[in-house]
Amino acid sequence: MFGGKILNMRINLALIQIATKLGDVEANLEKHLGFVQQAKSEKVDLIVFPELSLTGYVLQDMVPAVAHRPVDDDPVFRPLLKASRDLDIVVGFVDEDARHRFYIGSAYLSGGQVVHVHHKLYLPTYALFDEGRFFTRGDAVRAFDTRFGRLGMLICEDFWHASPPYLLWLDGADLLLLASASPGRGLNEHDRLESARWVEGVNQAYANLFTSFVAHSNRVGYEDGMNFWGGATVFDPGGDLIAHGPYFEEAMVSAVVDLGHLRRVRARLPLLRDERTSLVQAELARIQAK
Amino acid sequence: MNIDLSIHTGLARKILTGFIRSEITRAGFSRALVGLSGGLDSAVSCVLAAEALGPGNVLAVRLPYRTSSPDSLEDATIVAEQLGVPLETIEITGMVEPLLERDSKIPNVRKGNILARARMIVLYDQSEVWKGLVVGTSNKTEILLGYTTLWGDMAAAINPLGDLYKTQLRQLARALEVPPSVLNKPPSADLWVGQTDEAEMGLRYDEVDKLLYLLVDQRCTPEDCVEAGFDRAYVEKVMLRVRRNHFKRLMPPIAKLSNRTVGYDFLYPRDWGT
Repeated sequence: MFGGKILNMRINLALIQIATKLGDVEANLEKHLGFVQQAKSEKVDLIVFPELSLTGYVLQDMVPAVAHRPVDDDPVFRPLLKASRDLDIVVGFVDEDARHRFYIGSAYLSGGQVVHVHHKLYLPTYALFDEGRFFTRGDAVRAFDTRFGRLGMLICEDFWHASPPYLLWLDGADLLLLASASPGRGLNEHDRLESARWVEGVNQAYANLFTSFVAHSNRVGYEDGMNFWGGATVFDPGGDLIAHGPYFEEAMVSAVVDLGHLRRVRARLPLLRDERTSLVQAELARIQAK
Repeated sequence: MNIDLSIHTGLARKILTGFIRSEITRAGFSRALVGLSGGLDSAVSCVLAAEALGPGNVLAVRLPYRTSSPDSLEDATIVAEQLGVPLETIEITGMVEPLLERDSKIPNVRKGNILARARMIVLYDQSEVWKGLVVGTSNKTEILLGYTTLWGDMAAAINPLGDLYKTQLRQLARALEVPPSVLNKPPSADLWVGQTDEAEMGLRYDEVDKLLYLLVDQRCTPEDCVEAGFDRAYVEKVMLRVRRNHFKRLMPPIAKLSNRTVGYDFLYPRDWGT
């Protein structure tokens, strides 16, 4: 009658919608630490900041000036790593590698350690975007183990391509942490901008298709004439919306991610079990050989 | 093809007031000023600025010339009083007459440009006195068609209206409860007696906005527009206007000589560091 052993892991998740000071890492760090403190007092387990949360988005020639290494002796990461002894933290930053290439990065910090760094794979360089001019694209998409189980991180344009979330799903991620600095656009008669409707539709689709949790953290505020719309969301493995942040306002958006729900949904809907990776691989090989 | 320029005015209001608040305060100011003509565009800018910053922080400035329509002056007063913003009136007649008198046959276009630029001088000077930034009033239709005076009415610190077509601005004005006399009058730069935008350009806003929406927002080809029911000659006329006036939408090009040049490879957003 009942489904047997239930995984009883619940994550108190907080998605942070912040407006950043463009190019002022110290001021942004201070704001991060304030939210972390608040989250700690509210017993949050995992706090997720949006894309480039430590720097702002339209950086252009500021990129080298705001870059940091996610290591303990970095003045920005040291206090963040210290704070990660109390709760897990995802921050957005400009990562500079040893050979001075600059990446849009998300770092997962826990227990005073850097658990994983994701480099943005797809750098939009069209329409209002110019990321490819200033940044290097990442070349790996990997799920990683945390104290809550296996997770995956992606940044904005990464999840406009179906393959990165698909790969993370196959690599074992049951919770996708998506971070954006999504410029608001597409004003029409609807009460949401088109950009918000597109992103929310895509996130919900991934939750449904991958029977996984999909959490999206998006910034707010303005940079020159561009607005960022916020509206953080968490969809559960059944595709239901379990948290939705306000549009355009700074906020800490809380959700309880009940990992036991994965089992209930996947028992009903075994899409993961039935996924045919060999078929995908064979067909990709054929298509690439064309 | 469905051409619907309807906007959610509540959403526009939210974004635009947030924009004004953000961009004025991060530049180190708390105040703004708007040249209030009595027309629709400046009324909307003034309402948004008052909502964003508080009416006490927005100065409305009337800048009449001796031929300016008394109705417009009156409408500007009604808007300012309705909002509770301070109102200043600085007549520009005495400033511009000596220049106009140099040429008794001065055509209307030159005269109009002089008036628009004189108003810019006064507004920017008052900006220093008021310790506030000039909020612009140019809409997307004017900007695309170049129906504007370079360094005149285009001059502003920020522009909240530049991505709204005139017909969309009218929807927003209605939602913002701009007085009916302002809403219902024919759009006019009021640079000479009896001037109207539509007569001067030979275009109707309701029609040209739809065409611009197809060409610009929807990236349609001229053929697509003809198929959507627009006359080919009309499409070509509008496209030519958009192209010929593009210079008004850009800073003057700097001749590149060095390895790093402003505008080419010295690239920073305006909000740099704020």
